[in-house]
Amino acid sequence: MSNQLKPAVDGHDHSQGPRSAPLELVEYGDYQCSYCGEAYPEVKAARQALGDKLRFVFRNFPLTEAHPHAQQAALAAEAAARQGKFWEMHDALYEHQDQLDSAGLQQHAQQLELDMDQFQSDLKSSAVTEKVEADFESGVRSGVNGTPAFFVNGELYQGNWQDGELTRFLQSQLQ
Amino acid sequence: MLEANTPAPDFKLNSTPDQKLALSDLQGQKVILAFYPADWSPVCGDQMVLYNETSKLFSKHNAQVIGISVDSKWSHLAFSQDRNLHFPLLADFEPKGEVARQYGVYDEETGEAKRALFVIDEQGVIQWSYLSPAGINPGANGILDALEEMDKKTA
Repeated sequence: MSNQLKPAVDGHDHSQGPRSAPLELVEYGDYQCSYCGEAYPEVKAARQALGDKLRFVFRNFPLTEAHPHAQQAALAAEAAARQGKFWEMHDALYEHQDQLDSAGLQQHAQQLELDMDQFQSDLKSSAVTEKVEADFESGVRSGVNGTPAFFVNGELYQGNWQDGELTRFLQSQLQ
Repeated sequence: MLEANTPAPDFKLNSTPDQKLALSDLQGQKVILAFYPADWSPVCGDQMVLYNETSKLFSKHNAQVIGISVDSKWSHLAFSQDRNLHFPLLADFEPKGEVARQYGVYDEETGEAKRALFVIDEQGVIQWSYLSPAGINPGANGILDALEEMDKKTA
């Protein structure tokens, strides 16, 4: 079975870092997953260490039955994206994993100074729901079997990501 | 291990403490039979949790997923409730591992089923099978690829 990223990163994805970067790191994550919470600073550290050599992309993989707030949190990030604040919401969600209920999501949206009427209607819109579902399905098709899952230049990364291992692996790929 | 184009051996096992499910009950839809070593072990948990989420993708192909291990109906009940699973787990409990043996995926050393997947068509014939290393969650992409191939053939 192939564990290649499908589809490849495109204009629908949220990314940080230059498109032309030699390394592309894609994470499939769930905002309520505690391991994803642990991976969040690891990814930040990798971005800092690699600078413009790394492009980072995040796709949603909410395990909705295991994590009751995961779906709403994913929708909130995508709704914030409609106002150009995906990464701000993404960071807020991972930095406050204990505030993912609807009051928590509202509060994050207010702190990011989102247009709240727009945010509410985007949360319920089919376009936002479809984005989250499409991300999930692409993860399944790419061989994601739990979260967080990382792909480096399109290949599923099977190694350890804790304790700086992700950064070291990415650095080793540059040589 | 049984390969593609083999008729899937029928079985009738407990799916809840007071209900039994037979493979023949499911004729007319595709069946994904997921043998796994044990309830509660960390990797299997992930695999069943994943199939819980992907069952909506399976149902687009008229396919029902079923988990099967040598655990008892009571263990399955507790495991299923704990993980909020919405598909049946069958107890291959007495005689222990009988169905796993019929499918060629019983591990004599551990006394558990191996981690094996079978996709069975509407007529009860195996169309795809896959054996995963015991420690590795095989994910759902192989299953979805197989279901897509089957839909192409019948289209």
